[in-house]
Formats: sequence, C-alpha cells, structure tokens
Amino acid sequence: MIPELGHFALIIALGLALVQAVIPLWGSFNGRRPWMEMARPLAAGQLTFLVLAFACLLQAFLTDDFSVLYVAEQSNTLLPPIYKVSALWGGHEGSLLLWVLMLGIWGAAVAAFSRNLPLPMISRVISVQGMVAIGFLLFTLLTSNPFERIFPVPQEGRDLNPLLQDPGLAIHPPMLYMGYVGFSVAFAFAIAALLGGKLDAAWARWSRPWTTVAWIFLTIGISLGSWWAYYELGWGGWWFWDPVENASFMPWLAGTALIHSLAVTEKRGAFKSWTVLLAISAFSLSLLGTFLVRSGVLTSVHAFATDPSRGTFILAFLVIVIGGSLSLYAWRAPSVSGGGRFDLVSRESFLLVNNLLLAALALLVLFGTLAPLIYEAAGWGKISVGFPWFNTMFVAISPFLVLAMGLGPSTRWKHDEPARLARLLWIPFALSLGVLALCSTGLIFPGNLSVGLGLGLSTWLVLTQLVALRERLKNKGGLKALVGDLRNRSRSFYGMWLAHIGVAVFIVGATLVSSYGSETDLRMSPGAVHEVAGYRFQFNGAQPHDGPNYRAQRGEFVIYKGERQITVLHPEKRSYLSGGMPMTEAGIDPGFLRDLYVSLGEPVGDKGDWAVRIYYKPYVRWIWLAGILMALGGLLAVSDGRYRTARKSVQVPAGGGLARA
Amino acid sequence: MTPTPFFRVLAAAALLAWGCARAFTLEEFQFQSPAQEHEFRELIGKLRCLVCQNESLAASQADLAQDLREEVYHMMQDGKSQDEIIEFLVARYGDFVLYQPPVKPSTYILWFGPFVLIGIGGFFLLRALQRKGREPEADLSATDRDRIEQLLTQPGTRPGDTQDRTS
Amino acid sequence: MARSKSSYLLPLGIFLALAALLFYGLTIDPKKVPSPLIGKPAPSFELESLLEPGKTISSDILKGQISLVNVWASWCPSCRQEHAELVRIARESDVQMIGFNWKDERPAALEMLRRYGNPYTLSVFDPENRVGIDWGVYGAPETFVVDAEGIIRHKQIGPIDQRVWDE
Repeated sequence: MIPELGHFALIIALGLALVQAVIPLWGSFNGRRPWMEMARPLAAGQLTFLVLAFACLLQAFLTDDFSVLYVAEQSNTLLPPIYKVSALWGGHEGSLLLWVLMLGIWGAAVAAFSRNLPLPMISRVISVQGMVAIGFLLFTLLTSNPFERIFPVPQEGRDLNPLLQDPGLAIHPPMLYMGYVGFSVAFAFAIAALLGGKLDAAWARWSRPWTTVAWIFLTIGISLGSWWAYYELGWGGWWFWDPVENASFMPWLAGTALIHSLAVTEKRGAFKSWTVLLAISAFSLSLLGTFLVRSGVLTSVHAFATDPSRGTFILAFLVIVIGGSLSLYAWRAPSVSGGGRFDLVSRESFLLVNNLLLAALALLVLFGTLAPLIYEAAGWGKISVGFPWFNTMFVAISPFLVLAMGLGPSTRWKHDEPARLARLLWIPFALSLGVLALCSTGLIFPGNLSVGLGLGLSTWLVLTQLVALRERLKNKGGLKALVGDLRNRSRSFYGMWLAHIGVAVFIVGATLVSSYGSETDLRMSPGAVHEVAGYRFQFNGAQPHDGPNYRAQRGEFVIYKGERQITVLHPEKRSYLSGGMPMTEAGIDPGFLRDLYVSLGEPVGDKGDWAVRIYYKPYVRWIWLAGILMALGGLLAVSDGRYRTARKSVQVPAGGGLARA
Repeated sequence: MTPTPFFRVLAAAALLAWGCARAFTLEEFQFQSPAQEHEFRELIGKLRCLVCQNESLAASQADLAQDLREEVYHMMQDGKSQDEIIEFLVARYGDFVLYQPPVKPSTYILWFGPFVLIGIGGFFLLRALQRKGREPEADLSATDRDRIEQLLTQPGTRPGDTQDRTS
Repeated sequence: MARSKSSYLLPLGIFLALAALLFYGLTIDPKKVPSPLIGKPAPSFELESLLEPGKTISSDILKGQISLVNVWASWCPSCRQEHAELVRIARESDVQMIGFNWKDERPAALEMLRRYGNPYTLSVFDPENRVGIDWGVYGAPETFVVDAEGIIRHKQIGPIDQRVWDE
C-alpha cells in the first residue's frame, strides 16, 4: 500500500510541476498577478509530495519490504539500519528520487527566501525549476520507478554493495546532489533574466548567495568522495580522473568561475553575458554528469547499472533543456550584455583571465573524458585517456590560474597601475621564485621540479593573500577592523581569503603526497617488524572477528616511532554474508602531517603469515582540509550582511518615536 | 518490465563480483632492488585492466590482471625495458591498454590541442581587453540623470539602511 | 565585452556537436576492445591438445583453409549459450573450427563438450593463458576468423548467434 502511495505522490508532484512550469511563467508575461502568485504555493506543494514519496520509500527500506524490487536489490535484513537509509540512494532509481527531492527542497527554499524579489522574476525562476522537475519526474516515472513491485516476494534482499556500507559514502551523494541541484537555482535565475531581458547588479546580488551555497555543497561532496576513495579502496590514491569523478569536477570548475563572475556583475556591472553563460553551463554540466553516469557511454567503476534506453531519454532531456537555454542565450544575451568598462590592468581583467582559465579547464576535462568516444566515432582507433594525460594538462595550465589568483585581490577595480602592483607584490614574487628554485634542487631536502612548482605556487598564493589582507586592514585601521568586519558581517573578503588559502593548502598536500608518499608490499609473519619512513610496523597476526553482516579476519599492527608506541591499527579482511568478493578495510592512523595506512592482502602459507601493504602518506589530509577551508570560506561569504538588506520595513512606534529626535 | 532490469542488474553484479571488486591480492614478486620494485609498481599502475571498468593492473583483482602482472614481472626479470614491455602489450591489446595515450600523429590534437586553443584564446583575450580599455564610458540616459537628481536632493537617509559594502 | 552577434551561437553549436557525439556513444559498447592483430599473421603457438593429453598441436593447422578459432571455457555462461550455434555452424559450413580452451580445467572442459556437443575439428588447451596473451584474448567467448594464409581477418567479441553469423 505504502509504496503505491509513494508512487501516487510522485504522479501528483509531476502534475504540480506541470502547472508550476506553465502558469507562473505565463502570468509573468501577461501581468496576471494571481497566476504569478501561484508559484510559491506550487513549489511548496511539490516539496510536500516529494517528501511524501521519499518517506514511503524510506519506510519500505526500514521495514525490509522486499516486495518492492528496488529494496530487494539494494537492501538486506542484516544491513545495519543506518545503511538501510543510505541504501535508498545506493542505486539508480533511488538516487533519482533523491535528485528530485533536492530539486523540491531548493525550489521551496527559493520560494521561501525571496520575499524581496520582484514577483515576475521569482515566478519565472520557479517556473524554470518546475520545467526541470518535469523532466526528472517523467524520467523516474517512465523508466526508473523505485516503487515497482516484484512477485514472488524474495525472502532476502541482495544487499547493498559492501563498498557503499560506509558513513563517508553514505553522505557523499546527498552532498553532491545538493550541489548539482543547487546550480539549478542559478540556472533558473539566468533563464529568468534572459526572458525578462534585464540583467543588472541587483540580479547578480540575488543570485550570488544561492550559487555560493550550491558550490559549498559540491565542494564538500567532491572532497568526501576523494577522502572515501582513499580510505576505502585500498590503493592509496585520492583522485583517478575516472569519468564519474570528472563528471562532478566539471560543474565545480564552472561553478567556481560563476561565483567569481557574479561578483564582477554585482560590483561593476560587467561580464553579464559571461555570467549568464556560466550559470547555464554549470547546471548543464551537472545534467551532463547525470547522463554520463547512468547511460553506459563511458566505462567507470562508479557508474550505475547502465542502460542505453535510459541514456536516450536523458540525452533527449539534455537536448531540450541545454539546447533550449543556449538558444535563448544566443537570442537574448546580446541585448542584456554590455556595460562596465575596465582597463587592461584591473581586477576585472584578472577575473576575466580567471573565468577563461576555469572554463578552459572544465572544457579540458570534458575533452579528455570524451576523447575516447571522439576517437572511436571518427574511426581513429580505440585509445584510453587516463590520469597521466589529465595530470600533465592540469599541472601545465593551473599555474597561470594561481598566478592570477595572487594578482587579482590586490588589484584595484577598473584601473590600476602596474607599478603599484609591482611594488606591492614583488616580495611575494621573489620569495616564491626562491622557494621554487630551492625545492627543485636537492639543496635543502630531496626535491624535484614538481615539488618546487607546487611549493612555489602555494607560497605565492599565501603571501599575496597576506598582502591583500594587510592592504585592506591598513585602510580600515588595523587588526581591530578585522574583528569589526566579521562582526558587522562584512565578511565576503574573508570568505575569499579563506577559500584561496584553501587552494594553497591543497597544492601543498597534493604535491607533497605525490612526491614523498611510499607504498610497500610484503609478507609478514606474526611478530615481524618492518620499518617505513622512520616508523616501525609490528604485525601481530590476524584473528577472526565478526560484524553484523560479515565475517572478518582482523589484523593487528602496532606502530612505533623510536621507542614510543604511536598507535595500534586493525585492518580487516571482510567477507559479507550476502556473498561477493572479500573487502579490505584499511587501518589508518590519521595525522595532520602524515597518514600511516596498513591493509591486509591475503593469508599466505599456513603459519598465519599475511601479505600486507603499508603506506606512508605525508600531508595527505591537507587535500581534504583544503576542501573544508574552501567550504568555510564560502560560508563566510554567504553570511555577508549585504544579503540581508532592507528585508524589514521600518516600524514606526505609536507616538512617533522618531519625531522626538 | 519487471524481470529484465533485475536480471540485468544481477548479471552486472555477478560480473563485478567475479572479476574486479575492490579487495586486492598482493603477489609477492621478488625484486632485485627497491628501484626495480618501484619501476614495476609504476608500470602496472599505468596499464589498464581490460576486463574491469576502469581499474589499473595495480589495483585490479581480476584473473586476467593477475596473468598480465605476471607477464610484466617475467619480462622485467628478463631484462626488458619499460618501453619494450609496453610495446609488447600494445601489439596484442592495442593502445587501449595504456592509460597514457601515446604521442603519435593521431593523438597530436589530444596532446597539443589544448595548448594551442588556450594560446589562441589568450591572444583574443588580450586584444579584447585592450579594446575594452579604449571603449568610451557609457553615457547616462536622460531618465537616469533625472533619477540621480531626485535622489541627491532628497532629505536624509532612511533608518534601517545598511551601507553597500565594496571589498 | 563586445562580441559579434554570431559568437553567441558558439556555445549552442558546441553543445549540439556534443549531443551528436553522445547519441553515437549510446549505440556502441565502450568495453569492447578492438584487436590490433586484424590484418596481421596469427601468432604462432604450440599447445597441448585438449582431447588427447600429450599430443601437441601447432598453429600450422591454420594454414591452408579458413578457420574459426573460438576461445571458450566451461566457467563462462555465454560460451554455453553460443555452443549450440557453433555446433550448427560446424555442421552446415566447411570452415575449420578450432577450439581454444582458455584458463580452464581439463575435466570441466571435457564435460562441457560432452554435454553440449563438440563442434571443433581440433581443440587446444591453454590453462595458463600463455598463448591467450599473444592473441590479445581478454575474455570469453571470443572468436577469430583466420584466412587460408594464416592472417587474422576478424575478431568477434562475445557470443555468436544467428544474427552475428549472418553478418
């Protein structure tokens, strides 16, 4: 009964979406206020029914209702309850429901937090969101219904893929989807602006917080994915340039360009058509990612069960949405763009360079991901474009971006003197060159060119940000101003600052762990000790140890540095009761400056020996720390006071308190 | 529609379970030196496991991956160089077995294309920026001028306004 | 940035090209690896016969007539599916069918031939995948079409059914 209720709720949501897509939009063109005013209640209604549908599916999972096909595929009676919840989005159908739910949440949020926006604009925005919802709901109902039943009812479900039975991976899709779907708001704002023919600073100011919040979620989602891959997959890596990883990275790159472009449009009225194009692109890349992951066009460990017929549907949807919005852009953008003059040396220039480089990087990733397909289509043979190509390209191009990131914050808007910039920044430049030179050679420590480049670039970034901070505080009265600024909510500068520092932290972490990390495979007997990077690893054998839905062999490693015992690690080799290959759970000692990572391979011989793998990973946590810093920076920026202007109307107390002054 | 997707998913899962799931087996190959071990590890990291969905020979647990790792190991012990080993595998499996696309005429566009395009883009950007700098300042329209007049002559500011911050 | 009107159409143009590419992509299987050996002489081998242990069969048998070299194994479900088709082809045409038992165990392989029929003129046995690597075999079933001069003309990846055979 309940699954049918959920199914019915989806159908109602589709009906509401149909109305939502048409009526408020039409009302905005013919000025019918009652039609436009339907937008907000419709969005709220849609959310209600989507929540209902989600709740019905959740109930099916929590009660082990295996008569629902999707539950039988993803769940199992022995699955711990928390993973029964996350199993809901473990497969294609459920993850679509999550997507659509997020769409409802964002739509309702826009409806709720937009009281100070003009009604025609908000009704267009909500209508566009309704259009996107129609596509996804149709797709779900027609090809990927999570509420489908199965007869005869299986006694036991097939179980959630053991890889997904993990807290990091449980939260990763919701974060990612909040990001992907959040860009639909920026997209809707852009379309609304194109439709209305007006694009001004006020529009940019309204769009900015929404876009930034979506960007924050996407940043967190990607960082989580990388972190999970590192500790779960057992090969010590944190980014493989797998097509599905790229599918999440492209919208992030476009989204980063977008938040910078919005800043310029808000402050200076420039980059208008750029901003609109980026808003369309960021969401389009999210949709493209959805396609790539579910259509079977590319090989990836990460892809859902692939089905070309589903792929056709999504692709048709893409052509309608993206083709339609880009046509609208081609038609209307010329009339909304223009404005905001600036000189060659100005902050706008550097931000334009930033825009172009980020867009270039996004296109680069797209090109590399699709290149095998292009080659095959052209008949040039079957090639594989993997991490070596991506790494080379990225390392070759991103230094220019980092260079611009250092110059931009210290440059004045509209016009600046090269001499002034040189005066401000020559010390950071010289010091960075020095670091690059020193670390590329073996003078201070065994370095190489990649280390030199990485550390040189991060030095540049940190020092230039410090210079920008100093200049700002100097003009405002010193360190006191910092506290004052933060309290008064003049925070967007500090948000930028923190996020840029985050990038520097990332560069340091990625560079150092690539150059100085080590990996050792060996066979160890119980009691054996092996030394890696100054740490002694003592293996004490493995004992059987069972979990709620698996049997495991649990190894014990005691780690010493010098005479001191640092920690005891317990890597496991698990066999899940629902079948399948054994899974490895690594034992990790996390640290700010290094990770020590041990995993069990196979038992060897019959005396309790095991083949084990020991990793030493210096500074690897800095990579995800960077993600956190960037997200915090975004949070600071969003909490800036300017987004709270003029919401309350002036209350004049009885008796006219003001008149007394 | 009921049995087919289930079966397909089941089949896909079975395939995954048979071949390439995440738990790995370490084979202890004996190496003559740490440098050789490092070279071996690097090489198998660069080669693709053909039966898997995008895993390297270093990461995959598939049977075929094991066979290929052994083949690579024996060739290294025989003194073959990295290039020779790569050539051997490419002759049998094609370029697809490499994660790094080889640099040959058909892949020039892949390796050099991005730089060429960015270079061209940079050139146009520079030109556009210079042109932008020479653009005349946009004139105020008459209605805008009137509005400014109006705002400037209004008495005082309203309480509750916050200053627009430019950072 | 002032741009010509037509440059605003560029994003749409790029997207439409992309969509066309993706439509094409839906029609192909990204996991199929084409063989670099097509048009080249079949790699020579000397393997033990499956049916008669101790007897060696060499790749000379490929010369002089058109052959189908069918890679199969008893653990491969698709091989079982295509076996009936292979028996039919063996009966109806006069190509030489060579069975290439791959990464298998002799008793299980012989059992499969007993149960499903033996379409092969000759069967070789490659349990250790020594020769499979030379032929670029990465899964079962695969079938190579070799002409009378011993040149590989075609590689079929996946099971053969009526439709494939007609093609």
